[in-house]
Amino acid sequence: MSSPITMPKPPMPETSVREQTDVRERALPSPAKISVRGLNFFYGRTQALSNISLEISERVVMALIGPSGCGKSTFLRTLNRMNDTIPGTRAQGRVELDGQNIYEPNTDVVDLRRRVGMVFQKSNPFPKSIFDNVAYGLRINRLAASKAEMHERVEKALTDAALWPEVKDRLKSSALGLSGGQQQRLCIARALAVRPEVILMDEPASALDPIATQKIEELIVELKKDYTIVIVTHNMQQAARVSDRTAFFWLGKLVEVNSTEKIFTAPDQRLTEDYITGRFG
Amino acid sequence: MASAARQNSRRLLTNRVMTTLTAACAFLAVVVLLLILSYIAYRGITAINWQFLTDTPKPVGEGGGIGNAIVGSFLLISLASVIGLPIGIAAGVYLAEFGAGWFGHIVRFVTDTLTGVPSIIVGVFVYAIIVLPQKHFSTLAGAVALALIMIPIAARTTEEMIRLVPLSLREGALALGAPQWKVTLGVVIPAAASGIATGAMLAVARVSGETAPLLFTAFGSRFFNWYLDKPTASMPVQIYNYAISPYDEWHAQAWAATLVLMTLILIINIIVRFFTRKKF
Repeated sequence: MSSPITMPKPPMPETSVREQTDVRERALPSPAKISVRGLNFFYGRTQALSNISLEISERVVMALIGPSGCGKSTFLRTLNRMNDTIPGTRAQGRVELDGQNIYEPNTDVVDLRRRVGMVFQKSNPFPKSIFDNVAYGLRINRLAASKAEMHERVEKALTDAALWPEVKDRLKSSALGLSGGQQQRLCIARALAVRPEVILMDEPASALDPIATQKIEELIVELKKDYTIVIVTHNMQQAARVSDRTAFFWLGKLVEVNSTEKIFTAPDQRLTEDYITGRFG
Repeated sequence: MASAARQNSRRLLTNRVMTTLTAACAFLAVVVLLLILSYIAYRGITAINWQFLTDTPKPVGEGGGIGNAIVGSFLLISLASVIGLPIGIAAGVYLAEFGAGWFGHIVRFVTDTLTGVPSIIVGVFVYAIIVLPQKHFSTLAGAVALALIMIPIAARTTEEMIRLVPLSLREGALALGAPQWKVTLGVVIPAAASGIATGAMLAVARVSGETAPLLFTAFGSRFFNWYLDKPTASMPVQIYNYAISPYDEWHAQAWAATLVLMTLILIINIIVRFFTRKKF
């Protein structure tokens, strides 16, 4: 959590966040792919998320913005239960994927993570060949019946991640020999290969130069046609460029969620405006 | 200005002195090792010939060799590795990946204690549980004693190496829908493979020179032995026997056997390094 000392304490929103989002989400035409209801999240005794309610429609890009430590990465990681790997964490509330609460005790977490893929802040290719990196998810989930199908799906994933032309002649060489931007696109290809329904991206371009960042952003816009994407970003321009909807988090609370255009031009909350215009955070 | 310049020169001097000092220590460490190695080579090389490498020991004055001891050591080390390394490495994997609870703590403590147990105690222990009930010395008993020494070394080095694998790699695999065991087996262990192999090599090298645990278990033999339930010669025990004898000829043979043992360890090391070198 951010220290409140560095931040002036703005007045809390007058109406509850939940009411607002409910009204707006109901007006949306497409059905909710992910529906979060009253989510609380704890690291040991520290509460990192308080009463988050949010709906994410199919095939939109949802950007999560907010100052460091506001809980946006934590929130992202609740969507595929990645936080389960951190000891001492606890989630309360509901996170529904296609209407099914993923925090039910009988949830198959392994299957959930196949359906909800993730791209991390720091690219993390396996110390294997480029081909094997993309093929890994296919192999463990037994998604390719034959060698030919495996090759086909690896090529498709690399093509979708806009990496194929750069690596097609060196599929057998180490993934660690790629540049930072290429490694991140390889990680995106790896996530795409298992054909997830949702892709979570945790500041995917924060460690990349402007050209590589631009490529990733173009890629996100392209991927929106087939996938639901939730992206955490510190870069306000990036959120404005790639997302359809934006959610602003502050101190573990969801302050405002709306269409990106609305958030960046006429936000309802004073706090959101202050953050976007750079008055704090 | 003057004081800044003085500070600067002081810093440069400190830097130079400390660099020289550490370099000297590094040099000293290597020089001692090189001295030992070259002295062994100098003393041992004269007695090495084909007969020495292939023959069995003979009475003083008749030549003879350490062929049976080479075979015996090979049997002992192979069998000990087959028993000890899988257990040690698997235990290390457990400690690193699943050993966060009280059981892991206990295992870690016991492993550390075992590493420090003098090897002769291991020999006596195996003498009590295997040699006495069977009423005879055996290659198997010797190998078990060596394996017991290898297990904690392999376990702890494996654990350390697996801990070095970054969390981000595990998360990357988990996020693709890999169950924990597939993450460990398919991503974490391959990423740590060369380190684990180095740890295993350390364990092998360590027991290759062990004498004490073999005195009560494999005992020794003047003949070629290929059976696991018979006593067997080994290079360290042979070196020990020759070295404490009063004959110059046997002393020369002890030096030669030492050289052979060292060379073998070096060769094993190179082979394992070659096969587990980092491919990616």
